[in-house]
Amino acid sequence: MNGLDINTDLARSILTGFIHSETTRSGFQKAVIGVSGGIDSAMSCFLAAEALGPQNVLAVRMPYKTSSQDSLDHAQLVIDATGVQSITIPITDMADGLIKQFPDMVKLRMGNIMARCRMIVLYDQSSAFGGLVIGTSNKTEILLGYSTQFGDAASAFNPIGDLYKTQLRQLAHAMGVPQVIIDKAPTADLWIGQTDEGELGFTYAEVDKLLYLMVDERYTPDECVEAGYERRFVETVVKRIQRYHYKRVMPPIAKLGNRTIGYDFLYLRDWGT
Amino acid sequence: MKVKLALAQINTKLGVVESNLEKHLGYIQRAKNEGADLIIFPELSLTGYVLQDLVPTVAHRASSDDPVFKELLAASRDIDIVVGFAEEDVRNRFYISSAYLSLGKVVHVHRKVYLPTYGLFDEGRFFAWGDSVEAFDTRFGRAGILICEDFWHTSSPYLLWMDGADLFLFASASPGRGLTSAPELSTAHWVESINQAYASIFTSFVIHSNRVGFEDGLHFWGGSTVFDPNGELLAKAPLDDEALTYCEIDLNQLHRTRARLPLLRDERTALVQRELMRILKRDDSRSGR
Repeated sequence: MNGLDINTDLARSILTGFIHSETTRSGFQKAVIGVSGGIDSAMSCFLAAEALGPQNVLAVRMPYKTSSQDSLDHAQLVIDATGVQSITIPITDMADGLIKQFPDMVKLRMGNIMARCRMIVLYDQSSAFGGLVIGTSNKTEILLGYSTQFGDAASAFNPIGDLYKTQLRQLAHAMGVPQVIIDKAPTADLWIGQTDEGELGFTYAEVDKLLYLMVDERYTPDECVEAGYERRFVETVVKRIQRYHYKRVMPPIAKLGNRTIGYDFLYLRDWGT
Repeated sequence: MKVKLALAQINTKLGVVESNLEKHLGYIQRAKNEGADLIIFPELSLTGYVLQDLVPTVAHRASSDDPVFKELLAASRDIDIVVGFAEEDVRNRFYISSAYLSLGKVVHVHRKVYLPTYGLFDEGRFFAWGDSVEAFDTRFGRAGILICEDFWHTSSPYLLWMDGADLFLFASASPGRGLTSAPELSTAHWVESINQAYASIFTSFVIHSNRVGFEDGLHFWGGSTVFDPNGELLAKAPLDDEALTYCEIDLNQLHRTRARLPLLRDERTALVQRELMRILKRDDSRSGR
């Protein structure tokens, strides 16, 4: 699919410009990134290191007791390759403090707790290090709602949120992200054996092509079926996009007055800078 | 006659007019020192682009009793200036405008006539539509100003052409989009293509000043250009970076090109008018404002 091919030099230059602009205009020089060992956070880390200088970027590794050694090792590869500062803060104690109170807790709840513990650690490091938290969610997972609200989805700004996983792989390759990270099966590593594609039920390569048609090229679901996609697959994806839209917007505020935040009190975040 | 142009491809602070004015005065001074005759700033260069509810608080009038224009008019004694601003008229309507200043006077103000209100754009919600497309006389011949979406409608440069403009001054704040495998964004490719096309088919100079920088996630790509009446690219500013790009144009090129290619001479305006009247009178022709 040609539509997903990107000019990686151009993407790199725009995204590093964006990181530099959004960081410095709000009075910061530094950034904090949760580095998991996966391709998304590797990409944000590479871009931030280039935009702000590696000494101004803090990579935070946040293992839980079930996290795989591979995740930690791959995160270290990113830290070594970029030369950024790093710290490792295990979240086992803080997460288990809550998890242990509910012995029959299901995996999904535990996963969400871990994601939100990591958010707390990152925002605490943001204050300690004096840097903004840079987002690591890609366009595929944002559209599919495959993230924890106020968890891994939380950030000050997100440089990679308009790139599909397939496109991130191209950029990662061009920027020298270690091959083992590009090639491995994407996983949230919230429990042993978890993979994104196993949980979602389809591959990123497949769904990215479909999302590109539906979202970027504005194909109707019927037109996607005509273009060769299985109807059940199309319907699953359509439902996911709609069902998880709440994760993509600010919580709506009930309108009472003449001017209400979100409706008729409209300013960019970059207001005054 | 030769004219030295300066394309002021700047970034702006969103809604901070004083700080943007200071930047304008700095660029004007630099261009003046380099002997430039005309400096062209991008769309909304005094305010920034995605103003939303800031519009009423950053709007000005192009007159000598306005504190911002007072300084710009003073600076225009030695160099002509095209500047972009949010304009408030006497009845408190707001426009996206560009003013041509020369010898301490306001020569012309163009109010954007096409306000994109679709996709990422929301101009029609915050601004009033301008109502005229007029050429005007300058020290360097007759010119016309269009702002961004204005020149995506061929009728706008056509009207300027018919009104005698030989210098087309285009100002934009174009948010980049369309990342593909090509080395430039789709927007950059299209804007440059139509600028070149207009220069060729109107056998005129087409001068485009586009801004750079970011506003939230929007990225303005720069790449300001000058095309001559043959459609040749005379100058191109860098992509993404602030720059003051100079370009000397030779107005005699109009004579040479039009001697070879008399498109202006042969333009059948009466036919256009006749056919347009016929088309607009048809019962099924209801579009347009």
